[in-house]
Amino acid sequence: MERSDRKIGMLCAVPITVVLLLSFAAPLLVVLLFSVMPTKVFSLAHVPDFSAYGGLLSQGYYRSLLWSLGTALAATIMLFVICWPLAFAMAKVFKGFTLFITIAVVITLFVSENIRLFGWVLTLMKGGLIEGHLRAWTGWSFEGALYNVPVIVFGLVYVYFPFMLFPLVQGISMVPDDARQAAADLGATRWQIFWEVDLPLSAPGIVIGSLLTFVLGAGALAESKLLGGQTVIVIADEIETAFTYGQNWPLGSALSMVLILIIGSLAVFAVNRVDLDKIMGRRR
Amino acid sequence: MRIGRTTRIALYLYGVLAILFLYLPLLSVGFASVSKARYLTFPIKRYAFQWYGKALESHTVQDLLWTSLSIAGLVTVISMVVGFFGALAFARYQWRFRGLFQKLILLPIFFPQAVLGLALLMWFNSVGIIPDWKTAVVAHLVWISPIATLVIAIRAYSFDPSLEEAARDMGASTWVVLKEVTGPLLMPGVVSAGLFAFLLSWGNFPLSLFTTGADSTLPEWLYAKMVSGYSPLVPTVGVLSIATSMVLLLLAFTIHRFVRSARDRRARTI
Repeated sequence: MERSDRKIGMLCAVPITVVLLLSFAAPLLVVLLFSVMPTKVFSLAHVPDFSAYGGLLSQGYYRSLLWSLGTALAATIMLFVICWPLAFAMAKVFKGFTLFITIAVVITLFVSENIRLFGWVLTLMKGGLIEGHLRAWTGWSFEGALYNVPVIVFGLVYVYFPFMLFPLVQGISMVPDDARQAAADLGATRWQIFWEVDLPLSAPGIVIGSLLTFVLGAGALAESKLLGGQTVIVIADEIETAFTYGQNWPLGSALSMVLILIIGSLAVFAVNRVDLDKIMGRRR
Repeated sequence: MRIGRTTRIALYLYGVLAILFLYLPLLSVGFASVSKARYLTFPIKRYAFQWYGKALESHTVQDLLWTSLSIAGLVTVISMVVGFFGALAFARYQWRFRGLFQKLILLPIFFPQAVLGLALLMWFNSVGIIPDWKTAVVAHLVWISPIATLVIAIRAYSFDPSLEEAARDMGASTWVVLKEVTGPLLMPGVVSAGLFAFLLSWGNFPLSLFTTGADSTLPEWLYAKMVSGYSPLVPTVGVLSIATSMVLLLLAFTIHRFVRSARDRRARTI
């Protein structure tokens, strides 16, 4: 029985492995190869010269990278603070309401992120839902809230809300009630319970949620384009420009490689930290 | 560790506020889609449904719908098949590289989709494939097939392997066990994975952006119009796209209820 299990398991893994080799591993390899090609070539049949990487530092692309990482970090921290009370309530306080919130949040995931961001443009712009009604009702008006850096962070917080919320709920529900009760009986304050019981015991959820929002935020494009209106150029935007207007694939690839290396190492760290069998509820 | 009444009420309020926050932009899009004016400003003075008629008549919109539908349909079928076997490898069988396999499956979910889309474009180009809607299917699978696998794996975890063993002890072949025992047991997971796959593909924009070539999906067209050359059709087509997802979800939910009540009734008569 054991031996046949092993064989069938391996066979079952084949289809998705093939799909991901063709759609994930191979494209990343092509990016790697293109990134060492000479400037402005469109095939891999050239002698590698690594010149694209040299351009990264001299052209000031690090500024876009810092903007991306900075806005992603700000969004991650804000999301953690915003989501924690709700995740705690969903895991420990709410009963039927948890299911309602879960369904309501999942439904928003099925709506294109650009439609949702466009909704915020309509809500926040001058003459939009908020400013327009405010002016009509009170006569007081302001210059819309779009096209600045805080609104980009706001967009990231909005779009990646579910990606922080659900891992946190999962993490907090792994904290045993007895441990919290025991700490309280021994005279711990609310703050101490949070700091010394909740936080360490829900760490797997926190790690997954934070890394997920950070890496997705760092590679985000639509938020800065639609809400930020090009106030700052993020790294994903630079990559797109290099490929489309710039027609410089090696440069775009080198920029992608930098992002992929940062994101890839964080992602590998994240998936290594968690025991999937435990999180996904193995019963045996 | 008791939670006081005030805290409890505050937390419920917080939950309601979070949901309102998530749905507020959709409300704006909804209002914008029924504004009569060509250049939108709030508060809306006159309401009209004219843009819906225009959108449904437009050949561009019909083409977009058809492209999005073809991509989502193919992605759904492939994800269901691949996810079914993937989930068995993920959760059910003990095999040598299972731990590594679980981690590698998750990796694509952590990657920014726009970058993956560009990488796919270069890959198609270097093997000489000209991108069209079919290449977008491949692109969507990077992200959606791992999710389908996870959805089915949750079901596979809660499944009792002794059922398979019993069938095998009674002489069923591997193929018969798969068809008669494993398949039906995982079916609810496969169906919800299919629903997820369809909806995620239907609404996906960053993966389609660089991989559809000359074809265009609904979210892509919307993005192009949002970035440059606004059209009053944008909120309308946006609402149509959302409405399609919601109708499908409602339909799935109704069928689920119907099947379950039919099964209960049958169980009672036996």
